[in-house]
Amino acid sequence: MLAPSTTTTRLPRRSINWLRAIALLLVTLAPVCQAADRDLLQLFVTDPYLELHTGPGRGYPVSQVVARGDSVDVLYRKTEWYKVRTERGVEGWASEASLMRTILADGSAFKVDRGNRDGYRTHNWEFGILVGDYAGASEFGGLAAYSLTDHLKAELYGAQFLGNIYNGYIVDVGLNHVFMPEWRFSPFVTLGTGVERVEPRTTLVKPVNQNYQTAYVGFGARYYLARRFFVRAEYRSHTVFTNTDSNEVKTEWKIGFAFFY
Amino acid sequence: MENRLRILLLASLLTTTSGCATMHKLWPWGHREVDAQVAAQKADADADAAAAAADTAAPPTVIEPQVVRRKIKVPKIKAKNIELGVNYGEISIESYTAAPVWGVTADYHITEDFFFEAAGGQAQAGETSFETLSGDIQLLTPAERQFTYYNLSVGYNFLPGEVFLGRNHAMTSGFYILGGMGGVKFEGNSTFSANFGAGFRVLPNDWLSVRIEAQDIVFKSDFLGTNRLRNNIKAYIGASVYF
Repeated sequence: MLAPSTTTTRLPRRSINWLRAIALLLVTLAPVCQAADRDLLQLFVTDPYLELHTGPGRGYPVSQVVARGDSVDVLYRKTEWYKVRTERGVEGWASEASLMRTILADGSAFKVDRGNRDGYRTHNWEFGILVGDYAGASEFGGLAAYSLTDHLKAELYGAQFLGNIYNGYIVDVGLNHVFMPEWRFSPFVTLGTGVERVEPRTTLVKPVNQNYQTAYVGFGARYYLARRFFVRAEYRSHTVFTNTDSNEVKTEWKIGFAFFY
Repeated sequence: MENRLRILLLASLLTTTSGCATMHKLWPWGHREVDAQVAAQKADADADAAAAAADTAAPPTVIEPQVVRRKIKVPKIKAKNIELGVNYGEISIESYTAAPVWGVTADYHITEDFFFEAAGGQAQAGETSFETLSGDIQLLTPAERQFTYYNLSVGYNFLPGEVFLGRNHAMTSGFYILGGMGGVKFEGNSTFSANFGAGFRVLPNDWLSVRIEAQDIVFKSDFLGTNRLRNNIKAYIGASVYF
């Protein structure tokens, strides 16, 4: 006859209920997790073989190959390298270029939107970082733009400038008109308004920080590099509406990298 | 004489019996068998006719084509290009003592070669030699002694490879260089700074990265008498996670 174990401590009833609840949850979640496994993209090799590297880069050695006709499941990617799992369960990194020569289960080619000249002309968003000079002070900032049309974009730019006489921040909102968005080198004009915060640098007297409203006009150009990337350079002339009788004019130029989506 | 009679009788018997054989239809038995044969023949003929009729009719469909093309919904492939990390090390603030420094980094990997990095950190500077030698004179308040840096850099990965831990473990690794611009808040002022450095990164697995790095943060300041460039070399160890 079996007797209750005397060596194991029994869990109180409440804990058992909790465990039951967790077990039930796991059981209900298990099919979901399995379904997630099946949701992986399956690609079939059409090249003589597909090379798998040990890491996400061309410099990492090739550790496996997948034969023509076999398939791989795509797990995730890092830049232009994809972590894949073979039918035998071996994992490795395949380059985007090699995976673009594989096919899906329905026979169609695997395509990746890597960004191209068409995307450079027509896109929704742009983001970039720029460095430059704001009225003698060094400046660095970030830019976001939304395309209203291929030609017209709404822009938001924020930057900090650090100089010998004063430091500060600027935030600008404006419109940007690109004349020929299909050109690789395409000029633009820009117009907008913003605010400027000036923090004078002085060790002698307590500085007084001041905020001013500004307006700007400018021109510049963008140059398409590759994929999603382009260089952007521009000049802006800011009119600062000060409390004194005359407005102040500050010039700004900057250059930076940007990418589009 | 007897022989002649025998022959006659036998001959007549033979003729009659052979006649019986030809007249078998007159017999009452045997008719059923014949009827069955006729019926079988008729059935065969009917079957042949039916088969012929079937041959001339439209051919029956053997296999219905029920091929439905699989619709492949291409799932979104998760990109792990963002790397967030913390680091801790030592910074040698020029004209001051070296001090422990901690920092945070956020990286965005654009390609396998290039990445952007936003970084920031803080250290508490010690005393200048002047302060140490002069006794009670303090040039800075504790708040002004706080060295805060932040910058945006572009990095380049090179010399990718693997490091081996014993016989069974290999980890991907790589060197990188980076340079950028930013600001330093120190001695009660914010100053524009440039930074450049190099590091070595090891990835124990796909989501974790451990790095050692050295960077020089350069800024221009006239706080200590002359307006000159001041180099602040920072060496640290950091860990970051890919998202």
